[in-house]
Amino acid sequence: MFRPYQPKDDVQKKPYYTDRFLVVPELPKEPITEERLAADVAELEKSIGIKESYMMAGRAVVIIQPQENKAALALLRSRGFGQLMELSAIDYLAQSGEFEIFYELLSIERRQRIRVKCRIQEKESIESVSDLWRAANWQEREMYDMFGIIANNHPNLKRILMPDDWHDYPLRKTYPLEGDEFAQWYEVDKIYGKEFRDVIGPENRDPARIDRYDTKRFARLGHEVQYGAEPKEEPTPIQYQDQRRPVLNDDLDPAKSKVLDKRK
Amino acid sequence: MAQHQVNYASSGGLPVALTTIDKLVNWGRSNSLWFLTYGLACCAIEMMASGAGRFDFDRFGTIFRASPRQAEVMCVAGTLSKKHAPFVRRLYDQMAEPKWVISMGSCANTGGMFNTYATVQGVDRIIPVDIYLPGCAPRPDTLQYATMMLQQKIRRESMDRNKSAKRFV
Repeated sequence: MFRPYQPKDDVQKKPYYTDRFLVVPELPKEPITEERLAADVAELEKSIGIKESYMMAGRAVVIIQPQENKAALALLRSRGFGQLMELSAIDYLAQSGEFEIFYELLSIERRQRIRVKCRIQEKESIESVSDLWRAANWQEREMYDMFGIIANNHPNLKRILMPDDWHDYPLRKTYPLEGDEFAQWYEVDKIYGKEFRDVIGPENRDPARIDRYDTKRFARLGHEVQYGAEPKEEPTPIQYQDQRRPVLNDDLDPAKSKVLDKRK
Repeated sequence: MAQHQVNYASSGGLPVALTTIDKLVNWGRSNSLWFLTYGLACCAIEMMASGAGRFDFDRFGTIFRASPRQAEVMCVAGTLSKKHAPFVRRLYDQMAEPKWVISMGSCANTGGMFNTYATVQGVDRIIPVDIYLPGCAPRPDTLQYATMMLQQKIRRESMDRNKSAKRFV
């Protein structure tokens, strides 16, 4: 399934959210027919109540209330889903003001997987499941680091990837890819201080920019000059040490050397 | 005593070499460049290959050291994240003078393809760089070429580094 071709000459001038990429249609939802998974869903429905359940692309999906996440996951864990493969969030703040949090579970003995999803508002928090699975500890820290979602009763909820003094949450859709002002000056502020921003200057965010006459940033292979010197067109030969004749080395004189005909 | 007297004028020349202090010191410096192992990403694989047997960095007098106190050249090989930037500066400050920096690969030169919030857009924003080595990743022979260019640069400069302050801050 491909979109019809549209010229992309001025695609850089358009806002990024125009339809540049293929928009994949949502896959069809099918009822859960496999009996063990259907029994799991029925048990969840009976004990805590679920919002929706379906099969999508061969994967069972259960959507629950966010307050019930720990109870639902504990129940699934007791029914054989012993591994938490992944835990993270998706930013739907622009569409509905919500985060979607998903838990991917795997049962080795049953050879089955199930996905548990729930949605929370931006300012809401969610209960930590790190005492059910140790793997959830770092995953929830990453979720806090990247989205700012707080996991209640987490043993060590602090940033895991970004520095502790980082500002804002980078994986939110509203965060600019090249960073806000804090991010762009982070290393300068940290090492030199804010008063050196003018000395060092802003970042060059165009890595494709190559200026062959800028001898401070670039060197033409074969035409190298000193840092900051005037560029030159005539080639610079590779100079080996014996060509420059430092005092302590002598050139090899072939007349004085002897080539052995055979090994002794 | 007369038996062992050596006539320097006739047999093999005088054991005297005339030179300048600059040349002598730079001869020594440029032929024993000890690298600080600074592998940050995939460029480090090429840097390790340069030191291994096939390419054999040792013939340049280059030995990788794990301590900044013992190193003269910092070869920043790989993507430098903003979280790591203060440590690069600290290790650079811990290296004894004289010291040089090779920025190895596109990521260290300009940030490369990581035009993102978390990558330093060129290590020259943090430390002064002597040699920029392009490539993604540069092959070991280009790293050796960069080392040879650095050797030439060292041989040209004066021994007294105080004459030309290199720090830009």
